[in-house]
Amino acid sequence: MMEGLDDGPDFLSEEDRGLKAINVDLQSDAALQVDISDALSERDKVKFTVHTKSSLPNFKQNEFSVVRQHEEFIWLHDSFVENEDYAGYIIPPAPPRPDFDASREKLQKLGEGEGSMTKEEFTKMKQELEAEYLAIFKKTVAMHEVFLCRVAAHPILRRDLNFHVFLEYNQDLSVRGKNKKEKLEDFFKNMVKSADGVIVSGVKDVDDFFEHERTFLLEYHNRVKDASAKSDRMTRSHKSAADDYNRIGSSLYALGTQDSTDICKFFLKVSELFDKTRKIEARVSADEDLKLSDLLKYYLRESQAAKDLLYRRSRSLVDYENANKALDKARAKNKDVLQAETSQQLCCQKFEKISESAKQELIDFKTRRVAAFRKNLVELAELELKHAKVEYVSRARWLTPVIPALWEAKAGRSRGQEIETILATTGNLQLLQNCLAVLNGDT
Amino acid sequence: MAAEREPPPLGDGKPTDFEDLEDGEDLFTSTVSTLESSPSSPEPASLPAEDISANSNGPKPTEVVLDDDREDLFAEATEEVSLDSPEREPILSSEPSPAVTPVTPTTLIAPRIESKSMSAPVIFDRSREEIEEEANGDIFDIEIGVSDPEKVGDGMNAYMAYRVTTKTSLSMFSKSEFSVKRRFSDFLGLHSKLASKYLHVGYIVPPAPEKSIVGMTKVKVGKEDSSSTEFVEKRRAALERYLQRTVKHPTLLQDPDLRQFLESSELPRAVNTQALSGAGILRMVNKAADAVNKMTIKMNESDAWFEEKQQQFENLDQQLRELHVSVEALVCHRKELSANTAAFAKSAAMLGNSEDHTALSRALSQLAEVEEKIDQLHQEQAFADFYMFSELLSDYIRLIAAVKGVFDHRMKCWQKWEDAQITLLKKREAEAKMMVANKPDKIQQAKNEIREWEAKVQQGERDFEQISKTIRKEVGRFEKERVKDFKTVIIKYLESLVQTQQQLIKYWEAFLPEAKAIA
Repeated sequence: MMEGLDDGPDFLSEEDRGLKAINVDLQSDAALQVDISDALSERDKVKFTVHTKSSLPNFKQNEFSVVRQHEEFIWLHDSFVENEDYAGYIIPPAPPRPDFDASREKLQKLGEGEGSMTKEEFTKMKQELEAEYLAIFKKTVAMHEVFLCRVAAHPILRRDLNFHVFLEYNQDLSVRGKNKKEKLEDFFKNMVKSADGVIVSGVKDVDDFFEHERTFLLEYHNRVKDASAKSDRMTRSHKSAADDYNRIGSSLYALGTQDSTDICKFFLKVSELFDKTRKIEARVSADEDLKLSDLLKYYLRESQAAKDLLYRRSRSLVDYENANKALDKARAKNKDVLQAETSQQLCCQKFEKISESAKQELIDFKTRRVAAFRKNLVELAELELKHAKVEYVSRARWLTPVIPALWEAKAGRSRGQEIETILATTGNLQLLQNCLAVLNGDT
Repeated sequence: MAAEREPPPLGDGKPTDFEDLEDGEDLFTSTVSTLESSPSSPEPASLPAEDISANSNGPKPTEVVLDDDREDLFAEATEEVSLDSPEREPILSSEPSPAVTPVTPTTLIAPRIESKSMSAPVIFDRSREEIEEEANGDIFDIEIGVSDPEKVGDGMNAYMAYRVTTKTSLSMFSKSEFSVKRRFSDFLGLHSKLASKYLHVGYIVPPAPEKSIVGMTKVKVGKEDSSSTEFVEKRRAALERYLQRTVKHPTLLQDPDLRQFLESSELPRAVNTQALSGAGILRMVNKAADAVNKMTIKMNESDAWFEEKQQQFENLDQQLRELHVSVEALVCHRKELSANTAAFAKSAAMLGNSEDHTALSRALSQLAEVEEKIDQLHQEQAFADFYMFSELLSDYIRLIAAVKGVFDHRMKCWQKWEDAQITLLKKREAEAKMMVANKPDKIQQAKNEIREWEAKVQQGERDFEQISKTIRKEVGRFEKERVKDFKTVIIKYLESLVQTQQQLIKYWEAFLPEAKAIA
C-alpha cells in the first residue's frame, strides 16, 4: 500500500494492513476501488496519490492515479454537504487536517539540544521521534483513504460527478482554501445552523424510529466525545511513562559504565531491560491509540454526520409543515394557490425522500458501528495480550538468570540450572510463573 | 584475605575456595571467630560448637537471603557483626595476624538453610577487622520496625508518635522484644547525638529523614486527606529505613544513646533539633563556616586512594541525582496514567450505557471494568515505583552527602595536624633564638612548649591516621551495603513489574472473549 514509507521502524507494519479498513467495514466493490497508493510529505503539505481501479463506463481508463492534496479532499466533502440531493444521506466525515506541527517542533528541539546529550541518547530520541512522525503520517493517510473508500462504497455518492472529477482529473483542481471572507461566512452559517438546530429539534417527530434515533444520537455523540478525549489523554500519559523508561535506562547505563564495583554489570543489564520495556510500552500506547482513540474519534465524526442528517430531515419537515400552512393560507385567501401547492408538493417530496434514505442510512450506520467496534476491540485485546506476554516473559527471563547467578554455589547451582532448562525448553508462561513463585517463596 | 581490600569483583574464583570447606564440619581452628549460621536456623546444635568461642548467629530477619550459601554467610556477616566495644580498640590497631585470616573461611561451616541472598559475590569483602570485632561473638540479630503513626495532641502542638518495635537476641538489650513510642524530633535528636560523636572520627552516620514544615503543618491542622496520609506513610517508611541502616552499623549499634533510644520508655525531648532554636542557629552558622573552610583548605593528599574515592563519590552523587529525577518523573506520569485510565473507564461505561446494541453495550461495559482494574494496577505500580526505587535513590543521595562530610572531617583533621606541625616549628625556632640569646628560664619554657607541641603533633598524626583508617573501612562497608541495597531493591522492583504484567495478562484474557462475542 505505501511502498515509499516503509523505511521507518517496522513496528507499525502489522497495523499497516489493518489501517485500510480500520474504522469502517467496507465491502470492496469490483466496480469501483479506490485507495491511496502512495504519499509524500513535503514542507507543510502532504501529497496523496489516489489510485482508482474501476470497470465503470464513466471513466476513460480502467486504472489510473492522480495526486491530490488535503484541501482537495475538503473541497469534495464540502461539495457533498452543499448538494441538496444528498440531504438524505450521511455524508462521510472529512478527514482531519494532517498535523505534523507538534512532531516537527519536537524534532527541531531535539536538533537544537543535540549538544547537551550523549550520542546514544540523541540517536535513541531521534529514532523515537522519527517513529512518531511516521506513525502520524500513516494515520493521516489512512484517514484520507477511509474517506474515499466510504464515498466509493456508497451507492449514491459514488456516482457523484465531483467525485469522478476528483478521481480522474490529473491536473490540479485549483481548489484554494477558503479565504478569510469565506471562513467568516462559514462561521456565521454554522451559528445559524446550530441555532436553527435547536429550534428544529424542539419539534417532536411523528416517526418513532427517528425520535428514538435522535435521542440516541445526541447522547451517544456526547459520550463518544467524552470517551475520545479521555482515551487520548490516557494514551498520552502512557506514552510519557514509556519515555521515562528511556531516560531511566540511559541514567542506569551511565551509572553502570562509571561504577567500579561489581554492580556495574548489573546496572548495564538493568538498563538494557528498561530499554526493552520502553519499546514495548511505546508500542502498547501506540496500539491503544490506534485501536481505541482513533476508533472513538472516527465515530465522533460519524455520529456528528448522522446528527447532521437528522437535522436536515427535521429542517425539511419544518419546511414541509410551513409549506402546508402557507398552502392553507393561500387557499383561504385564494391567492397564489398553485404556487403554494407546488411548493408544498416539493417540500413533501423532499421530506419523504430524505426520510426514506435517512432510515436506511441510520440502520447502516449502526451495523457499521457495531462491526467496527467489534473488530477494534478484539484487535486491541489481542495486541495488549501479546505485548503483556512479551514483556512478562522478557522480564521474567531476565530475572531468573540473575538469581541463579547469584546463588553460585553447590546447592544453588543445581536449582538455577533446573530453572534455566525449564525456561529454555518450554517457555511456558505458567511454568515460568511457578518458577518465579518458587524463587520468591524460597527461604 | 588481606586487610583493607576493596570489594573485589568477585564471584568467580572465590566460590571454589570454599568448595573444600563445604563438607567439613571440623574447620574450627581458631577461637576468635564468629560462626554464622544462616538465618532462621537453629543450627548451633549441628556445629561443633565446642571448638568455637563464638556463638552462632541467630536468625537475621533483616536480611533476606536467597540461598544458604556459605559464601553468603560472609556477605551477611557485614550485617551480623556483633561488636564488643572494649575489644575493638586493640583489634583495630593490630596488624593483620596470619592466624586470624585462615580462620574466617573455616568458620563458616554452619549448614545453611534456604534463605534469600543477593550478595554472593560480596562474600570475601568482609574485612578482617569485622571478624576481629566479632570477638565477643554476640549474635547480631536485631530487627526494627516503625509502625502505627498516631496523632498526639491538638492544633499546632500536635505531633505524630510512631511505635518503634525492636526484636533482638543481642545480649546488650535487656529484653528480646520491646517497643517504645517516639516522635520525629526524637529521631533527629538521636541522629545529632550520633553525628556529634562519630562523624568527626570518620564514621559514616546515616542521615535522618528530612524535616518538612509543609507536610507536618497539614497533619497538625488535621487535614485528613490522602496527601497527608501519604506524607505520614512516607515519613514512617523513611524512619524505619533510617533506623535499620543505623543498627546495621556495627559501631553505632554499640552506642548507649542508640540503646536508650530503642529501649527507654521516656526520652528527654530533643529541643535542639528545632530549626529555630539556639542550637539550630549554631548549626547553620557552623555549616556556613565549614563551607568556607572547605574552599580554603588545600590538602596535600598523600594517599591517592582518597582522591580517587572522592572523585568517585562526586560522580556517583551526580548520576544518582539524575536517575532520581527520572524516576520521580516516572512516578508522576504513572499517577497521571492511573487517573486518566480511571476517567476513561467511567467514560467508556457511560458509552456502553447509551449504546443500544446489547452485545456491544456489554462489551463496552466490560472494557470499562478492565480499564478500571488496570487503573488500580497502575496505582499500585506507582506506589512500588516510589517506595522502592525513588526513596532508595534519595536515601543514597543523602548518604553520599554524609560520606562527603566524613571526607571533609578528614581534611579538617589534617589541617589540625598541619597547624600543630607549623606551631611546633615556630616553637623550635623560638627555642633556637632563646639559645642564642642565652636566657635560661625562657629556654626551659620553650622546651616545655616544644614538648607539648611535639605531643600535639604526634596526636594529630595519630588522629589523622586513625580517621584515614576508619574512613577506608567505612567506605568499604558503605560500598558493600550500597551494592547489596541496590541489587535487592532493583530486583524487588522488577519483580513487582513482573507481577503487574501477570495481572494485565489475566485481565485482557478475560476481556477478549467478550469482545469476540459482539455479534
